[in-house]
Amino acid sequence: MRRAVGTTLVALAAIVVASPAHAHLVETGFGAFYDGIAHFAVSLADMLIVIALALFAGLRGTRAARHAMFALPAAWLVGGALGALWPTASIWPVSTTLSLALTGALVALDAKLSDASVTAFVIVAGALYGFVNGATMTPGGAGGLALLGAVCAIFFVNTILAAEVTVLPVGWPRIAVRVAGSWIAATGMLMLGWLARPTLA
Amino acid sequence: MNTHRPWKLSVAGWAALLLFAPATVLAHQEIGQITGFASGFLHPISGFDHVLAMVAVGLWGAVLGSPAIWVLPVAFPVTMAFGGLMGLLGVPLPGIEIGIAASAIVLGIMVLAQLRPPLWAAAILVAFFAIFHGYAHGKELPEGASALLYSFGFVVATGLLHLVGILLGEAHRWAVGRQAVRAAGGGVALAGLFFLWQAVAA
Repeated sequence: MRRAVGTTLVALAAIVVASPAHAHLVETGFGAFYDGIAHFAVSLADMLIVIALALFAGLRGTRAARHAMFALPAAWLVGGALGALWPTASIWPVSTTLSLALTGALVALDAKLSDASVTAFVIVAGALYGFVNGATMTPGGAGGLALLGAVCAIFFVNTILAAEVTVLPVGWPRIAVRVAGSWIAATGMLMLGWLARPTLA
Repeated sequence: MNTHRPWKLSVAGWAALLLFAPATVLAHQEIGQITGFASGFLHPISGFDHVLAMVAVGLWGAVLGSPAIWVLPVAFPVTMAFGGLMGLLGVPLPGIEIGIAASAIVLGIMVLAQLRPPLWAAAILVAFFAIFHGYAHGKELPEGASALLYSFGFVVATGLLHLVGILLGEAHRWAVGRQAVRAAGGGVALAGLFFLWQAVAA
């Protein structure tokens, strides 16, 4: 009991002297690779398009999901490398938002595209977002290793999600995926309004 | 056996947990992002007229059954976003508040009377009213928030309101529940009449 009281007192003392936590190693960092992973994890735009593409490929079946599993990260990496070469290029917000809304709509409609079409769509969307990633990350000091980290995270999320969707039974689970697609489409459509508003103001 | 061991472990565990409660942790929070999601999420549920209409969509979907139970809640957010787009672009649309009030009246009557039009007609009706709701929200969107997070929160809240309506509407499976759902529809229609009176009087 005495030992427990002692432990408690030490713990309380430690709590009293607790200083603001410098969480996520903002001062030292984990390194460029993990910065890339973190960049993807906290970028809702990137996360949403990867989720949408994974849902889309997953709904179209195992073959399409397998193709997308490699096509998306590869396209993202190539696009990112090109974007890193032209870091001052426009980030094309209308194009990326349109592709987000379109992907969401394809999921919501459960569009019956061929495997080749799904792969082509995934490559175009992945390259577009990758280009924007490369163009925006490079001026911030993130290099190729950070891009590789982001691409690895994309591969991970896309593979897990698409694989889960391919095995969903017909009925409510697949309907839930389509509802999620409609939400992404609606979000993209509202974003288009936000993008257009300042130009008209 | 040492019976005090679990207590000592518990103390250490609690102490460790408390150490993770520092004064400030602002890790990875981009400026405006949390505000954007929170304000977007709260926007659809801040107006009673919007809430009632969106819940009524879910109620009606549950009454109609599959596939309307999911087609209507999919049609509403998408066309509502289109209305929001119109509002953001400044496209003129007359009678916004009257349209919103009418949506509560019509959807409430549909639930009350258990009307079952063809799916396409129900979807068009819901989509038509969704434009008014979206337009009103689009005109009111605040400056300075994170656009993507705001939009995402806005759509998620709308979808969850439909889900609430669907869950309530599932009571339709039982005789008592059916009467309760019809009564809820009547309540929505009455509230819609009140909103209409307010809109016309304004």
